Amino acid sequence: MSNRVAVVGVGQTKYAAKRQDVSMAGLVREAAKRALDDAGMTWSDIDAVVIGKAPDMFEGVMMPELYLADALGAVGKPMLRVHTAGSVGGSTGVMATHLVSSGAHKRVLVVCYEKQSESNATWALSIRLPFTGGSVTGAGGYFAPVIRAYMRRSGAPDDIGIKVSVKDRLNALNNPYAHLKIPDISEEMVRESPMLWDPIRYLETCPSSDGACAVVLTDEDTAKGTPNPPAWVHGTAVRSEPTMGAGRDVVNPHAGRDCAKDVYAQAGVTDPRREIDCAEIYVPFSWYEPMWMENLGFAPEGEGWKMVDDGSTSMKGDLPINPSGGVLSSNPIGASGMCRFAEAALQVRGMAGDHQVDGAKLALGHAYGGGAQFFAMWMVGSEKPNA
Amino acid sequence: MSETAEAPGPVTIVETPIHLDYKFTPGVAQSRFLRALERGEITGQRCPKCQKVYVPPRGACSMCGVATDEEVKLSGKGTITTFCVTQIPSPGLVPPYVTAWIRLDGSDITSMFLIQECDPAEVRLGMRVEAVWVEESELVPDLGNIKYFRPIDEPDAEYETYKDYV
Amino acid sequence: MKSFLRDVAIVASATFETPSEPSRNEVEMLLPVIHDALGQVGLSQGEIGFTVSGSSDYLQGYTFAFVGALDAVGAWPPIRESHLEMDGAFALAEAVAYLQEGHVDTALVYAFARPSRGDLDRTLSVQLDPYTVAPLWPDARGLAGLQAQAMRDSGRYGDVPDVTPTYVGDGVTAVILATGDRARELTKTPVWIRGIDHRIEAQMLGLRDLGSSASTKLAGEGAGATNIDEAYLHVLYPHQELLVKDALGLDRQPVNTAAGPMMVGGLERLATAAKSIAGTGKRAVATATSGACMQQNLVAVLEGAAA
Ligand SMILES: [Zn+2]
Repeated sequence: MSNRVAVVGVGQTKYAAKRQDVSMAGLVREAAKRALDDAGMTWSDIDAVVIGKAPDMFEGVMMPELYLADALGAVGKPMLRVHTAGSVGGSTGVMATHLVSSGAHKRVLVVCYEKQSESNATWALSIRLPFTGGSVTGAGGYFAPVIRAYMRRSGAPDDIGIKVSVKDRLNALNNPYAHLKIPDISEEMVRESPMLWDPIRYLETCPSSDGACAVVLTDEDTAKGTPNPPAWVHGTAVRSEPTMGAGRDVVNPHAGRDCAKDVYAQAGVTDPRREIDCAEIYVPFSWYEPMWMENLGFAPEGEGWKMVDDGSTSMKGDLPINPSGGVLSSNPIGASGMCRFAEAALQVRGMAGDHQVDGAKLALGHAYGGGAQFFAMWMVGSEKPNA
Repeated sequence: MSETAEAPGPVTIVETPIHLDYKFTPGVAQSRFLRALERGEITGQRCPKCQKVYVPPRGACSMCGVATDEEVKLSGKGTITTFCVTQIPSPGLVPPYVTAWIRLDGSDITSMFLIQECDPAEVRLGMRVEAVWVEESELVPDLGNIKYFRPIDEPDAEYETYKDYV
Repeated sequence: MKSFLRDVAIVASATFETPSEPSRNEVEMLLPVIHDALGQVGLSQGEIGFTVSGSSDYLQGYTFAFVGALDAVGAWPPIRESHLEMDGAFALAEAVAYLQEGHVDTALVYAFARPSRGDLDRTLSVQLDPYTVAPLWPDARGLAGLQAQAMRDSGRYGDVPDVTPTYVGDGVTAVILATGDRARELTKTPVWIRGIDHRIEAQMLGLRDLGSSASTKLAGEGAGATNIDEAYLHVLYPHQELLVKDALGLDRQPVNTAAGPMMVGGLERLATAAKSIAGTGKRAVATATSGACMQQNLVAVLEGAAA
């Protein structure tokens, strides 16, 4: 038995390759201030602040919560910093939810960010430890073989990744905060774009973005007094499995399947494909959409690609995936998971603007990280959950 | 400077280099692995609980959460379970080049290595490959002793035998 | 943490510290310590409901250090797990909140660090404002010296000792938590966490009164640190003991201080406090500190049920 939790404020920065108009502190304040405005609150209303981001070495600041405490109005309050690789935006949201559901706090500000332009993430990801040899080829080099294995396993036609890329880029045109906007995007354009890590083409990859995303979480009583409709948290879950484990399946990870089952059970969802109205899921390379359709139980194993092929995951389909344009359109790494969680909340609040899914009442936010061994999810709804 | 000079624009970036030195310790299991490499051998470690063989060994079976100790000598031959053809430059490598996930014979986990002495277009799932070492006089305790893997004249492995190793 | 929906106790813990670990990697250091803690209460890893850790990439010298460390846990089938880039004491605070949910009733909290790999005083400079302060490379010990001098200038502390660092180099600590009846099942001597709170101050030294620890005082109030029998304080330099005692109103109580390894030391204080008061019926306070000149502080109040 725990307390109900509401998302009463969401704030995002404009995502861009370089936000040199702001410092790191300015960047996180921009998102936090917008979330507070949405919640009808000021800094002093907040009881605790939780921040999440990817490795400290991305920006060269060790434990940046220390430097950011003042900028985020956290002085005199509890402040925590989560780091769970690429899933961190999600796991930070999950942890902050627990701070409210446990009764510890009534109003929690959650902020995730990355300012990749101030450092060199590729360098930070490629620190070669002594003795380890070296065939490091970046995130694309790691995930391309996984995608190839999925294509072999499922027999998916090779244009599925292209279709996902076009869909997400079209969705991004309706999101004012999206980083990549390619108005004349087409299947030909994606197909003709350079092959980087075969089978991944340039336009099938995510950009590298600066940006921050914030949410304000409250207990039920506090949510009554907020100006805009809340999103209610119906379930949260995290799962991790070993990175180098003999017998783990990187294509369809056990941890992702367990995490989804857990969050569905908490939300009372038995048929996710029918009951969930839309989902924001972590797709940094286009092929991850069909792969996650299977991992999340939206499609039987080997058939996730059919949901892409028949348009089910488009804005006109029965389960729109990434109405915001997703990670393929904006990728402030440490915030990318929080963007998914926040966008899911915007949908069920009816506040997603031009990329609103009509009548969305139940939405899934999803994040994964590392070599697909870390997962975090939440289910949000327009109605209060039972007990 | 005249008083009418335009105000300078905002500072958008400052460079503040960070230099930190670390002394790295590979660990007991990895030290043994590195000493084997120095002799021109590849050794894995077997989990006492699930019997699976890890290479490179890290001193624990991450699935069982128990220490591994038993050394297993491996042949240096293996099967490509999946791969990637990289088309963009990387330090010391001319594109296109192939990195493959290789399940070494006798082990239960894949490692990523370069594939050379082969047209990238010829690389395929299930291809049999072997390690190519530096000259004996150049052997040091470093995984860099294995320069790359190359195809060997053996029939491709059946899909069923390697499909679960990704 | 104002009040708990469910009582949470420390039921076991283990620690290993050394000035400089010569040969083992993180996983090899963690395995025996985690197994020791689990073994004390006869739990297997599969029975742990939630796992959370604390560590710092900058101390380890590479990104995603926590990822490899997870190998020591045996995360299969997949586990509920999280990581804070903070001292393990803050990870323990997260675990206490997590356990309130009621889905699981046990947690493993661990922390690890290998600061002997680098130059700790220099590494910690990278915690400071990246635009205006860190580029000057003020070292951690020098900043602590400013704090000690501010204490002398305040005239409130009598003799303020010199700034001699007391950090231990490398180490790991593991703590097992359990809720209510599960804790009583696992041990005859659970140590109940009666309160836990933490607060942060501004980083810029000019904005703070270095002659007192406002965040320790607030966290102590939040955690209900009154009627204390013994204190286990996380202090990195001898003068900081005076600040913490002042902030928590400690005077006659026995005080046990240690710095421990960075990122591990705070969790170690909570673990040691719990070991010391287990079965005694006593009430202890344990603290953890983080950041330049004790910028962020955690206070936990523990009660060892009488055996
Ligand atoms: Zn095993």
